[in-house]
Amino acid sequence: MTSSPDVEGDLVINIGPQHPATHGVLHLVITLNGETIKKVDPHLGYIHRSIEKMCESLSFRQFIYVTSKMDYLSSHINNHGCALCVEKGLQIEVPARAQVIRVLMDELTRLASHQLWWGAMAMDVGALTPFFLAFREREMINDIMEETCGTRLTMNYMVPGGVMADVHPNFQRRVNEFIKHFKNKIDEYDELVTGNVIFQNRTKDVGYISKEDAISYGMTGPSARASGVQCDIRKLYPYGLYDKLQFDEIIETEGDSFARYMVRMKEMRQSLSIVEQLIDNIPEGDFQAKTKAVLKLPKGEFYSRVETARGEFGVYIVSEGGTTPYRIKFRSPGFSNLSALDHMARGSKIGDLVAMMGTLDLVIPDIDR
Amino acid sequence: MDVKPDIQNNPFPGEVHPSPTGGVLVTAIDDVINWARSNSLWQLVFGTSCCAIEMMSTASAKYDWSRFGFEVARATPRQADVIIIAGTIVNKMAPVLKRLYDQMADPKYVIAMGACATSGGPFFYNTYSVVKGADHVIPVDVYIAGCPPRPEALLHSLICLQKKIRAGLTREQIRMEKPEQSF
Amino acid sequence: MTNEDLKIKLSELLPAVTFEEGGQWLNVNIESTDWLPFAKQLRNSPALNFDYLFCLTCVDWKTHLTMVYHLESTTYRHTIVVKSKLDRNKPEIETVSLIWRTADFHEREVYELFGVKFLNHPDLRLLILPDGWEGKNPLRKDFEDPVNMIKL
Repeated sequence: MTSSPDVEGDLVINIGPQHPATHGVLHLVITLNGETIKKVDPHLGYIHRSIEKMCESLSFRQFIYVTSKMDYLSSHINNHGCALCVEKGLQIEVPARAQVIRVLMDELTRLASHQLWWGAMAMDVGALTPFFLAFREREMINDIMEETCGTRLTMNYMVPGGVMADVHPNFQRRVNEFIKHFKNKIDEYDELVTGNVIFQNRTKDVGYISKEDAISYGMTGPSARASGVQCDIRKLYPYGLYDKLQFDEIIETEGDSFARYMVRMKEMRQSLSIVEQLIDNIPEGDFQAKTKAVLKLPKGEFYSRVETARGEFGVYIVSEGGTTPYRIKFRSPGFSNLSALDHMARGSKIGDLVAMMGTLDLVIPDIDR
Repeated sequence: MDVKPDIQNNPFPGEVHPSPTGGVLVTAIDDVINWARSNSLWQLVFGTSCCAIEMMSTASAKYDWSRFGFEVARATPRQADVIIIAGTIVNKMAPVLKRLYDQMADPKYVIAMGACATSGGPFFYNTYSVVKGADHVIPVDVYIAGCPPRPEALLHSLICLQKKIRAGLTREQIRMEKPEQSF
Repeated sequence: MTNEDLKIKLSELLPAVTFEEGGQWLNVNIESTDWLPFAKQLRNSPALNFDYLFCLTCVDWKTHLTMVYHLESTTYRHTIVVKSKLDRNKPEIETVSLIWRTADFHEREVYELFGVKFLNHPDLRLLILPDGWEGKNPLRKDFEDPVNMIKL
């Protein structure tokens, strides 16, 4: 599928699908005049695995494993959203211990996702050292997850009614060690990249989007909060224990790439403080509510919203009373964030496009589903 | 018994097979060349989904793969030796994969990482857009199981590939000896 | 605004609406021909101010298709769900991509997966399916593909 340039002298080039800076298989068709971008046209679908059609033949317990492969960097949070939707339909009450474990796993996943984002983004703008530093800390979180959940990356740990298994006896000790270690490291991250003059010149005033445009394009998550939009689902429609915890919603008003960067760095500190508040107060009790073996949702429609590391993730289930859903729709945050890239990139140089895509934090399987 | 008249009168006992690669001396150089090739395989940056994150973990400091010779990850297929297919291949991506493979220079090797690249993985039933296994598109040398496989599993497969290279002939050498067989 | 106030206000704007009971949010049913002026009023009216469209999708009931729009206001924090029935053989509805810019990509996705034609859309073409899949609407219930799909 090629597009010919509209004006004489324009150049149409391809970036991707196999490219080190696109964070996955994204194909951008860019119309250039010299080095200035006139239009960005994303071509998606290179990782479209027809998940929504497949889920129509999976039972309500089985479809949760597929969502952890969609946005694999916040896999626990995706699973949490699906489990919440099924619990809403069946009116299941989740025990207190399971809720605390769920929030702990969510926040650790958010930290791990932001760490990988930081390493990959610094690599895109040219610095190679932060990549290795970020993975050093991420490996600590992966080891903690592996002891409790069994795997390092796509853990299917949340089930409708609670969590699949109890936490490992070493969990509390290891998380406390991690908190102590990470508190120093996050200052090191700031020293290394945030104050760097080259980094600031590459990201300040690049990729500006205003508040009204951000809402109109449906942007959510840290990319929208950098433009002043209040959209943190953990504060607006709290689920789990978020209404009882102390944390701030980080909002910046500049709307450029540097603001998006600062929002995520500050969010890492907030996640760390949430983990600190909860880790020593895990209540005793069941880790899973008693449910039937085969779940059947009543006839109707159910929608649940959670806040992943990229934005608002929505699960919309239409059920006809059977053991499999009639129609499932996953509202993914990256889909709407990507649609704003064209608006942000017009008029800037092609070197700025990479910095913009880095701060938008796109995970392409989340967009293509 | 005196051996000298035997050597002058009788020719070399046994059979002599003329070999296209030239005999004993060049075979020893072949071994050295294979050893050198196996210890410096440069891979192509090709990760489509979740397995790409485990590939990045293998590249980073804890499970470092550059101690085995996989030092640089090249972005262009013209400079790469091995392509690690990390992730699901869908119908829209298959021609891209074939084009990348064709652009690589011989000798080239392919590793299929993870359940999705081996056979379609968790997306085998009831999907209309997934290619059920990367070997429908290009020939694969090593398969790795797992969803996603641990970094140690990826390192094990890289070492297996090294052993495979050291032990045997490359594809063009096999093609020269047996011209009726095509790969 | 509470659901009761919303019902009164929406009935004033478009007398032909009907409401469904029992959902998570207020469900509003409209005719597909009334959609564009109703959408403009939902966006621009100062008491309603629905400026955030967070989900746009389509459901295939075997006799007809239903478009579903989830709207929210970032100032008043009320949410409604607008639904509209479409004829299965000729599904057409006006586009809202000039009112809410996020609808651009979402409508392209519904076009290729269900076959719904959006009138006056600036650029209606395939988004995530490969070339050559126009006309095959994979998410419809009567889609058969013996080559690619292996049934369990």
